[in-house]
Amino acid sequence: MARIVAGIATSHVPAIGAAIDSGRTQEPYWKPIFEGYERSKEWIAREKPDACIVVYNDHASTFSLDIIPTFAIGCADEFGIADEGWGRRPVPNVKGHPELAWHIVQSTVLDEFDITIVNRLDVDHGLTVPLSLMFGQPESWPCPIIPLCVNVIVYPVPTGHRCYMLGRAIRKAVESFDKDMKIMIFGTGGMSHQLQGERAGLINKEFDNRFLDNLTKDPDALTRIPHVEYLRETGSEGIEMVMWLIMRGALDEDVREVRRFYHVPASNCAVGHIILENRR
Amino acid sequence: MPISDAYDDIPGTFVFDYRQARTGYHLNMFCMSLMTAENRAAFKADERAYLDKWPMTEDQKESILVRDWNRMLELGGNIYFTSKIAATDGLSFQQIAAIMSGVSQKDYADMMLQGGRPVDGNRSKAEWKKRG
Repeated sequence: MARIVAGIATSHVPAIGAAIDSGRTQEPYWKPIFEGYERSKEWIAREKPDACIVVYNDHASTFSLDIIPTFAIGCADEFGIADEGWGRRPVPNVKGHPELAWHIVQSTVLDEFDITIVNRLDVDHGLTVPLSLMFGQPESWPCPIIPLCVNVIVYPVPTGHRCYMLGRAIRKAVESFDKDMKIMIFGTGGMSHQLQGERAGLINKEFDNRFLDNLTKDPDALTRIPHVEYLRETGSEGIEMVMWLIMRGALDEDVREVRRFYHVPASNCAVGHIILENRR
Repeated sequence: MPISDAYDDIPGTFVFDYRQARTGYHLNMFCMSLMTAENRAAFKADERAYLDKWPMTEDQKESILVRDWNRMLELGGNIYFTSKIAATDGLSFQQIAAIMSGVSQKDYADMMLQGGRPVDGNRSKAEWKKRG
């Protein structure tokens, strides 16, 4: 049977992708951030997942205001890289795992999570920056990736609790997949940041660090944070943190924190990163 | 309190709820069109003519022509859509964030290096009013 062995959360700041793509990772501004991920890159190279489910949000790349799925899963063989307005990131296309993705659809929908099936999907920085941070700049990504896209742009976005429960349903799905596979799940986005309006640049280190602490100490408390609290306390784009709760819901109740990194700033954002392993 | 009142109490922020998504539909869909190099060039060549192809209000078109980034948001724009206009202009996210918050890019970048805009004093419109 397949099993989820670890969860990885990381911010997906587009400027981090731009720094990698333009070879500026050793500049004083960026260096501490990339150093913060060095050990994580070593860890994942050692642990070698057979596939990763990457929970991310589309930033008006594939989904405009025409069709807005709350949860969507990429079931295709391959996903292209979106041109978000600055041109395509020079990273390899993302190869999917249609068999597992369709299995997750089958299991979660029958489990009453009505997830949208997507067969044509260009992925944006929300998915590619986390891959670059964890896998560097390979010619092709080291394992199949299943994109799981969450609407965190048009309100109402899903609640943290709903995200957590979806994580549980995904875990159940993975564990009923009849292949011996080691799966990791990424929760991406956050942490505190606001990109818009007069309050742009808002950062809340205290909230972010409490959130990181509670991923192991009290995830239930995190599932009860209302939208308006994310908006007010962590900036309008801090709401992306609900996606971390899908990752968290897919893990055991009792997890081991193996890695943590927090840094301000990357462009307009607080960068947060954590790796959690199931104990068994 | 209705949820929209709670959203409206957050200062300097436009929560992209049904009100914004409805009024901003065409503005945002115009922004989506800037995802190809060809359309970006066509827009830059004659902005007014390009905008006239979209059924936006005159206020919306004007906000785009004069690059009033906050006004675009007020009129239903969403930052992930309007940032495509910034990309077309060769501006970064941080550059438009500085403009929207009314400071120079250097002052904005310095604020971020010092830990960002603090949440204390920035939680509600009442706090901004008190500050004057």
